[in-house]
Amino acid sequence: MARLRFEGVGVRFGDARVLDGIDLDLTERRIGVVGANGSGKSTLARLINGLVSPTSGRLLVDDLDVAREGRAVRRRVGFVFTNPDSQIVMPTVREDVAFTLRPRKLPKAETSARVDAVLDRLGIAHLADRPAHHLSGGQKQLLALAAVLVGEPDVLVADEPTTLLDARNAREIAARFAELPQQVLLVTHQLGLVADFDRVLVVDAGRIVADDEPGPALAFYERLLDAEDAASGGRP
Amino acid sequence: MIGGVAAGPGRIPALVKLGVLAVFVSSLVALHSPVALAIALAGVLALAGILIALRRFGWRAFAAQLGPVLWLVVPAAALNAWLAGPEAAAVLALRVLAAVGAAGIFTLSTPVPELLDAIGSLLRPFRRWVDADRVGLVLALTIRSVPLVAGLVGAVREARKARGVERSLRALAVPVVLRTIQTAEELGEALIARGADDGPSEERVSLGR
Amino acid sequence: MPRITARDLALIAAFAALIAALTMPGALELPGGVPITLQTLGVMLAGAILGARNGALAVTVYVVLGLIGLPILAGATGGLGVLVGPTGGFLVGFIPGALVIGWLTQRLLPKYRLLPALAATAAGGILVVYLVGVPWFLAVTGMPLGGALGLAVLPFLPGDVIKVVVTVLVAAAVHRARPGFLAAKPWPWAARRAAAVAAVPVAAATLDAAPAAADEAGSH
Repeated sequence: MARLRFEGVGVRFGDARVLDGIDLDLTERRIGVVGANGSGKSTLARLINGLVSPTSGRLLVDDLDVAREGRAVRRRVGFVFTNPDSQIVMPTVREDVAFTLRPRKLPKAETSARVDAVLDRLGIAHLADRPAHHLSGGQKQLLALAAVLVGEPDVLVADEPTTLLDARNAREIAARFAELPQQVLLVTHQLGLVADFDRVLVVDAGRIVADDEPGPALAFYERLLDAEDAASGGRP
Repeated sequence: MIGGVAAGPGRIPALVKLGVLAVFVSSLVALHSPVALAIALAGVLALAGILIALRRFGWRAFAAQLGPVLWLVVPAAALNAWLAGPEAAAVLALRVLAAVGAAGIFTLSTPVPELLDAIGSLLRPFRRWVDADRVGLVLALTIRSVPLVAGLVGAVREARKARGVERSLRALAVPVVLRTIQTAEELGEALIARGADDGPSEERVSLGR
Repeated sequence: MPRITARDLALIAAFAALIAALTMPGALELPGGVPITLQTLGVMLAGAILGARNGALAVTVYVVLGLIGLPILAGATGGLGVLVGPTGGFLVGFIPGALVIGWLTQRLLPKYRLLPALAATAAGGILVVYLVGVPWFLAVTGMPLGGALGLAVLPFLPGDVIKVVVTVLVAAAVHRARPGFLAAKPWPWAARRAAAVAAVPVAAATLDAAPAAADEAGSH
């Protein structure tokens, strides 16, 4: 379990202010982040892994400053992307999972054993030698998850990991996430996925507008959506 | 079995295989007789058959290597038969199939890491100028990206058909290029997230030094 | 030269893959063994979209993988055989071709006016490629120049011209959609002047010009 501390974190891309004045202290085991497209929630997730650098303020994972010690932070924080296709970097399942361990320069046998163990745990051992692009969407996301878990991170950050999946695969991936012993920060559109989480953040226009237990936070988010719909004349 | 396809009896080092493949394909280019090329193709298919029987790779995987070429070879051969005569057409078709088959056997029987190691050892004398690890990474990434980008091209081509602008090359290329760039940017992000490289923050720090 | 980042690596790989993907469909061979494909479109796009360094590296990666034996070269072949064949020079010439297109394109951005862009793309995509390819073709086939022009140049020129036009139209659309994606660079003479001007007075003014000038000096 890690402690994620945002201290006055802001992010700008050129003139656009994506996140502004974020102060957070996250220690819960299950943290959900919801918000509309373009609200800044994906950027919030990317900050934790150092994929995006704060333009102001700082972010600490335990005592590691993400901006300075990105390498060490990324060993502790795994990241699962929306589109597994862009997370799979090697041609076959086994090679892709092993890729995560490459910078650690482990002996071949140990790499192999760890890869097999994680493939087995996620129930995709039979796909080990398949080309990654022949997998189904759900299998690809399981592979992406395996490739992250093989590095044994303390924290898992996931940016809408179920959005591109059909309902059945989305449920399967959500179930896998639920059983993880790790701390999880899940960014999602599917509000049901975070309903039993410990803490839910609502992001809107680059700010945290609600930070509470799932019940009140999600209720707030629903009201926010209703208000926006009313302002724009309802859903088209 | 240690490391999947990497193990097994009679394993030939990738560099040796590479050499054999190079010689084989080069000699295919030198051959202009349909009979000789047919024999070469038969040899390739026999070798593939043996390897399939030894369970080095599946026949489906081998067929997948040849498949995309087949639908391409047939119209190409027809066109060549018309333009340059049936013998030239047969030469082209047999040569392509034999070369692709041989390349397919090489690809399927050589796990990518092994192939990359081979290139790495070829590059070792040039260590001062080239980082063999990064070269290996970019080659593997490319191999991984070919089906991905080919899929993009296919999807855009379908969309273009649906919109009735089938003939415009530009209508194909603009969305393909934009989506290729986007895919690459996501892939680059994934590389950083997975610890293969430093992120934006470290770059800034290292520039500051 | 700035460091090659993970993002650069992914772009290089993706464009190498794009050249391979564009080479796949519609391959056909004329009598004489020279294939026509969208391969050159991919090569020109790599230069015009990624710029000199990354574009040339993308083409190099594509060529290397093709020569290793992946069936991604024109006619869905691969392997070192291509290199020793009559058309090997065109394949090798793609690398400096993309480099020249990329170098010139970066000087034409951000305006990227149509006529100079067409000239730049033709200079790299046609002139440079043929400058390498034709002598190679002559050496391998032992043919007279006239025959080589008739066989390996003239039949392809119309197609190449079309691909130059398409490349420029596509590059213009892409650079408009993604301003700043490819860094614009000054012409060597402009950079030298800027460095000379900046070296004399205020130190703060050199901050912008100096890296570009140093970069220029480093790449020549």
